[in-house]
Amino acid sequence: MKDDKVEGATMTNDRNGAGRQLIESELEEIEKEARVFVASQWQLMWWKFRRHKLAVICGVLILLVYLVAIFAEFLAPYPTDAVFSQYTYAPPQRLHLFDHSQGLRFEPFVYDYTVEVDPEALRREFTVDETSKIRVGFFVEGEPYKLAGLIPASRHLVGSLDPEKPMFLLGADRLGRDLLSRLIYGTRISVSIGLLGVFLSLLLGILLGGISGYYGGWIDNLIQRGIEFTRSLPTIPLWLGLAAALPEEWSALQVYFAITVILSLVGWTSLARAIRGRFLALRAEDFVLAAKLDGSSEFRIIVRHMLPAFMSHVIASITLAIPFMIIAETSLSFLGVGLRPPIVSWGTLLRAAQNVRAVATAPWLLIPAIPVIVAVLALNYLGDGLRDAADPYN
Amino acid sequence: MFRFIVRRVVITIPTLILISMVVFAIIQLPPGDFLTTYAAELASTGTSVDAMMLENLREQYGLGQPIYVQYWKWVRNILTRGDFGRSFEWQKPVTEVIWGRLGLTVIVASASVLLTWVIGLPIGIISAAKQYSVADYAATFLGFLGLAVPEFLLALVLMVGAFLLFNQSVVGLFSPEFVEAPWSLARVLDLLKHIWIPMVIVGLRNTAVLVRVVRANLLDELRKPYVITARAKGLSEPKVLLRYPIRTALIPSVGTAGWNLPDIISGTMIVAVVLGLPTTGPLLLRSLTSQDMFLAGAFILLISVLTVIGTLISDILLAWLDPRIRLQYYG
Repeated sequence: MKDDKVEGATMTNDRNGAGRQLIESELEEIEKEARVFVASQWQLMWWKFRRHKLAVICGVLILLVYLVAIFAEFLAPYPTDAVFSQYTYAPPQRLHLFDHSQGLRFEPFVYDYTVEVDPEALRREFTVDETSKIRVGFFVEGEPYKLAGLIPASRHLVGSLDPEKPMFLLGADRLGRDLLSRLIYGTRISVSIGLLGVFLSLLLGILLGGISGYYGGWIDNLIQRGIEFTRSLPTIPLWLGLAAALPEEWSALQVYFAITVILSLVGWTSLARAIRGRFLALRAEDFVLAAKLDGSSEFRIIVRHMLPAFMSHVIASITLAIPFMIIAETSLSFLGVGLRPPIVSWGTLLRAAQNVRAVATAPWLLIPAIPVIVAVLALNYLGDGLRDAADPYN
Repeated sequence: MFRFIVRRVVITIPTLILISMVVFAIIQLPPGDFLTTYAAELASTGTSVDAMMLENLREQYGLGQPIYVQYWKWVRNILTRGDFGRSFEWQKPVTEVIWGRLGLTVIVASASVLLTWVIGLPIGIISAAKQYSVADYAATFLGFLGLAVPEFLLALVLMVGAFLLFNQSVVGLFSPEFVEAPWSLARVLDLLKHIWIPMVIVGLRNTAVLVRVVRANLLDELRKPYVITARAKGLSEPKVLLRYPIRTALIPSVGTAGWNLPDIISGTMIVAVVLGLPTTGPLLLRSLTSQDMFLAGAFILLISVLTVIGTLISDILLAWLDPRIRLQYYG
């Protein structure tokens, strides 16, 4: 900046056109700076976040994942419990968009299988039959459902046009259920448990972390010891113990909520620490003192003056806490003490891959691992980007 | 230093008491007490139920008495006689079932910690010293991957991969002929042949964390004026690095080493379940699903206590390295 000005000054002395141009660019610079001064904090955050390309891409990716979760019924070709007993462990079929046989036409199809039963292993052997095609349509009529739980509909994004022949774009499982459909429904459970768990953690974290950071003293000491205690426990054995103690007769929904609560019982500590840290830092700020001298109530100081100042940090911490929840749920369900069938989640789907022999015959059972890794990675990058952007004055 | 250690140990005691309470609560969570289950089990197999023995056991564990009496008896049995109760599934005192498995858990966990440091430290230093180089980007990417892939998935993929590619089983900690064998040099060598897989899997996540922490701290240090001074004086680059910045940058990592212990133990358990290791993981899972609560409780208690002790040791180590921490406790 300084060098620019000096250069600009000498240039204008020379009284040439380039000098005027420089002044203009300088004016632009000042204007830009003025824009920065009057921009709201969220505006600044957005500008800074936008520069972090990878984080933006990951943000879009996460948005897509949540859209899949919301519109699962529309995207999934079949319901989760649709069993095609003739197609146990049917391998994935490739979706061909164009038919080359009679010129190039947009006519999506998948090749049919021929099935042979191996008399020794009593297993079905599938081979791709290139002579027989199953026509595939978009926006096909199927099982009726309620879109996002509200709008009644019966169209599905893709589906086999032949009512006799189902299609398995990602293969079928042990019972002949479509893995793609189950994966899509599983997305809903897995990502929502992450959100819900983080929400519960956040409530606990804001309450306890806020009290701890705002009041300080013995209550801060007590809460800090509590956090240290919780963090010193190995989580998995603790979770296992709590999860295994859930009564057998509980419904799927009850287990779902119980697991969420169990996950957030441990997850709140990191959020509480982050919030306490911000509270401690802000408490000493001049504007808080000014508000206090002005006679604002404590509630008003917290909600009106302090909350907006650390909300951005909290959002970043939340984004980083969700992947932790997703991994936890997946691990617990995989071990068989988390969610139980008939609930479909990424973890319960991966449970089918626990048996090496099953995976050896049907490697596509490992596919649910991909969304887990992608979602967790993307949330981590997104959280990193948000955390960097949360401090726009830096 | 001595005063610090004493204070730190004293602080640990309430933690241990709290842990024992939490574990006892978990033991009590399933409906019914274990003796009723035990009696039902005996009756269902046709064994005659010895009322006298049941009465004795009932007295010994204080069943039917108020909960705090039961808790007190449980704790007293553990402290005075090392008696963790009885596993009704194994028909043995809990202690006989767990010690061997606990030992192997500690071995796998400590091996993973060691691996984390041996690998993570140099990578962290290199990626800070050569910031924005290919090695740095590779380390960052690997770090994120290590964070994103749950341990059980890694174990699963490795197991399936080994099975499909080499038709080799990576399950277990020992070859079949050594499973029941007494400890000998050959058995130790066999253990070393198998232990690296769980070691790598469990260590990866924490290696990733360590690399990130070391890199960030070392980068902060490298920007400080004393580093420039050292360079200006003509010290060679490795010497500049090793002399001060690395030593200062290491302190936070040593501090978090203890914090990572719960993660490592958790990871060990999950990987053990997938790979079928003869450690605590699979047994704990089984005891929980069959509601063999005294066994499960003993596992959770001992593992938590081990974790707390591990954290204690790393805190003492940290205070020994960093006088500022020591002083905090004098205040």
